[in-house]
Amino acid sequence: MLKVMSEKELAQKSVEYRKKILKYIYQAKAGHTGGSLSCIDILNVLYNYTMNVDAGHFDSPDRDRYIQSKGHTVEALYVVLASRGFFPETDLDTLCQYQSHYIGHPTRKVRGVEQNTGALGHGLSLSVGTAIAGKLDKRDYRVFTVLGDGELPEGSNWEAALSASHYKLDNLCAILDKNTLQISGPTSAVCNTDPVDEKFEAFGWAVRHVDGHNIGELMDAFDALPFENGKPSLIIAHTVKGKGVSYMENQLKWHHGVPDTQQYADAIQELDELEVTLA
Amino acid sequence: MQEIVDATIENIAVSQRANLEVFSGTLQHLARTDRDIIVVTSDSRGSGKLVPFGQQFPEQIIEVGIAEQNLVGVAAGLASAGKKVFAVSPACFLTARALEQIKNDVAYSDNPVKLIGISAGVSYGALGSTHHSLHDFAVLRTIHNLIVVAPADNFETAQAIQLAAESDVPVYIRFGKKQMPLLSEEEKTFEFGKGRIVREGSDITLVGTGETVAPALLAAEKLEQEHHISARVVSMHTIKPLDYALLQKIAATGQPIITVEEHSVFGGLGEACASFLIQNNFCNRFKIIGIPDEYTVTGSQTEIFNHYGISEGGIAAAALGLLS
Repeated sequence: MLKVMSEKELAQKSVEYRKKILKYIYQAKAGHTGGSLSCIDILNVLYNYTMNVDAGHFDSPDRDRYIQSKGHTVEALYVVLASRGFFPETDLDTLCQYQSHYIGHPTRKVRGVEQNTGALGHGLSLSVGTAIAGKLDKRDYRVFTVLGDGELPEGSNWEAALSASHYKLDNLCAILDKNTLQISGPTSAVCNTDPVDEKFEAFGWAVRHVDGHNIGELMDAFDALPFENGKPSLIIAHTVKGKGVSYMENQLKWHHGVPDTQQYADAIQELDELEVTLA
Repeated sequence: MQEIVDATIENIAVSQRANLEVFSGTLQHLARTDRDIIVVTSDSRGSGKLVPFGQQFPEQIIEVGIAEQNLVGVAAGLASAGKKVFAVSPACFLTARALEQIKNDVAYSDNPVKLIGISAGVSYGALGSTHHSLHDFAVLRTIHNLIVVAPADNFETAQAIQLAAESDVPVYIRFGKKQMPLLSEEEKTFEFGKGRIVREGSDITLVGTGETVAPALLAAEKLEQEHHISARVVSMHTIKPLDYALLQKIAATGQPIITVEEHSVFGGLGEACASFLIQNNFCNRFKIIGIPDEYTVTGSQTEIFNHYGISEGGIAAAALGLLS
């Protein structure tokens, strides 16, 4: 069973996760650094506080489901799953290496991963189907999916958003990792989706805003689910791409930039210092 | 309210109805005893003959509206939670618009959705090329972990739907809406990946799939009566995995082989057979009959078939040409 962590423990865990994300991306010489660092606090709170899922009962039909729509930030998911015992963390030494199962997007070959994602705009429909099944079977599980703000122009998201409210899926929670940057530039400049809260509300969702790096706010938001009975919930998590490493924050080049040896050492030193202040 | 047909396999097999009606009847039959059967539609319950199903099993039909990508994604999510899901949409939209969902959410993620392409091929006739699916075999053959099936008659359709319901791998099944004759009273076995010999013959083999097997059978009878040519006819209902063992057996006789399909001549049954034959050193005379590389002539399904030689006369003429 899940040992629910305290807010302080979760904050410490986030620093540990950030260091591991950087370690495995540095080792693999590949990965989506900025987005993994922007969504890691969300995944941390989901897996260590909110969701009813654990490695010993992953086959349970009553487990909560997590489907990562923004599949490219898989490094965040892998380090969380490893820490929750779904597989030995040493497996991540093979990340993106020849013949490894640990490819650069979520795959069900890795224990703990619910769906193969990576092409954008797929997670919400998969989540809607899974949530409908829960309602049909009268099971209490909930379905969580993390969307990127850059993937919202995919029309399939809005098809799924309609179905989610049509079927009154209050067992579904989408979290928008709104880090405001995508590969070509600011999301608002590439294809503006704001005011995204009003759009989802118009589609029949109940919406809340949180600071996506504030552990307490994330805990409170997840505790409050569903925000309205009979409506799917959207948490708009305002995040910073590259969060936690000062030279990476809000810098587009770190979308899938890989730190060199000195940059890696600098990043780890910064996170070590933060860890000391949280102890 | 439409009459709800009791679709037992016995009365389906002799009914000579449209494969589409057999599909919906079979699904109703299965749903009576299996609450996990779920149909997902994209405003396609009418064109899928699923109105009676929806009336009888309102909790087992999910409507997503005209949104094929969501149709397939939602179906995959339902299947991941243990449902036996039939995602039903016109073959043209299902396999083009939702191709990425078929590839990633169904096949790659191994969610055993049963993808049902209704009014396939040129079934929509004069509605034109937006509504034709002449690409589906070609694109779906290249996707790993997907069985691709085009049943020929009512028997094959009922069998395919029943097998798909129990399948733990994804399946694509496509058919039309025209009444289809029963192909064979004798051959009553059906298995994915195993072609059915519906007529024996010793001079030439006609390999059809889906609704082209019926004209191939007519052509075989014409060849017998008018030219004393003995033609074997095969219903190659499963495009993938292809029945290589049967193909090898046929090719080893040295007979010429003609393939017939309601699909582009590129990438479908014909090229799949040709690829196998040539890579296994068979040099049988060989011809692919299908829709050439063009947007089709305007007409009904039958008129389009006749125009491109997917017909009794067209197939017989091709056989004579190959044998001359």
